[in-house]
Amino acid sequence: MSVVVDIALLAFLAVTAFAVMKQRNLFAVAMLSGIYSLLCAALYTMLDAVDVAFTEAAVGAGISTVLVLGTLALVGHKAKKPARPRLLPLFVVLITGGVMVYGTLDMPPFGNADNPAHQHVAPRYIEKSEEETDVPNIVTSVLASYRGYDTMGETNVIFTALVGVLLLIATGEQSRRIWSADERNGGVFEESSEPVEDGHG
Amino acid sequence: MKEVLGLYNYWIVIGLMMIGFYTMISRGNLVKKLVGLSIFQTSVMILYISMGKILGGTAPIIIEGRENVVYTNPIPSVLILTAIVVGVATLAVGLALVVRIKEAYGTIEEDEIHEQDDVM
Repeated sequence: MSVVVDIALLAFLAVTAFAVMKQRNLFAVAMLSGIYSLLCAALYTMLDAVDVAFTEAAVGAGISTVLVLGTLALVGHKAKKPARPRLLPLFVVLITGGVMVYGTLDMPPFGNADNPAHQHVAPRYIEKSEEETDVPNIVTSVLASYRGYDTMGETNVIFTALVGVLLLIATGEQSRRIWSADERNGGVFEESSEPVEDGHG
Repeated sequence: MKEVLGLYNYWIVIGLMMIGFYTMISRGNLVKKLVGLSIFQTSVMILYISMGKILGGTAPIIIEGRENVVYTNPIPSVLILTAIVVGVATLAVGLALVVRIKEAYGTIEEDEIHEQDDVM
């Protein structure tokens, strides 16, 4: 039964991704990418990665969509039609995809308990983590305890990104116009969603 | 049939990855390029989570007082949790760059930006 749901969700994902590629209205693209993230979250739940699922639902479907919509409010939502069908990108993509499909032929089958990925390190976490950290959720204990430094590095990455976003946005003309007291009447961007973007960077 | 089912996840992942890749290299609109990038990222995440799944297993949260429970591999989940957050950080910086490009050039279409650069 779970395999059927898995197949259906992956098929939906492929259709949504294709629609994102074809769609030229960027608001529709933002909504479709939100749907895409939500389908991903459902798929992760089916694949027993519940922590990843709720992170994806909150961050992918929530914050990313808000970020894209905030940007679209500033840059407009019409994408130009591609000038002519370009064959080189298609060729590159087909070759790369073909090579990767060839690579999967040697991969161990999906969901098999004997796969090499499950033989090393993971069994130790499953056996010992509760005893050692007293946290029943193994993902949490690995993330926050065994690989705490990794998570600290991740926090640094987010901080750096926030600083980057602030520097990029705050030095621009628009924000100077928005924040300055002697606002001239070029208020196209008055209802700007920039603060949203800053907050989540 | 069994072989096809065993590789179905990976093939869809490759399909998604190539759709994201194609969106990035063939579309001129910068916002669409970024959405393509995030599709590409998500496909890698699905690949990892698929490799961690054990059929008949359960989520890796210890159930007290039961022996011989099969738990799905927790390590891909841990790695991908980090990757999701980093992905959003990248997206935020990318979108901030797009906003600045719009301010500087008045457009977010790649070819128009190149045209303006050539004139200068």
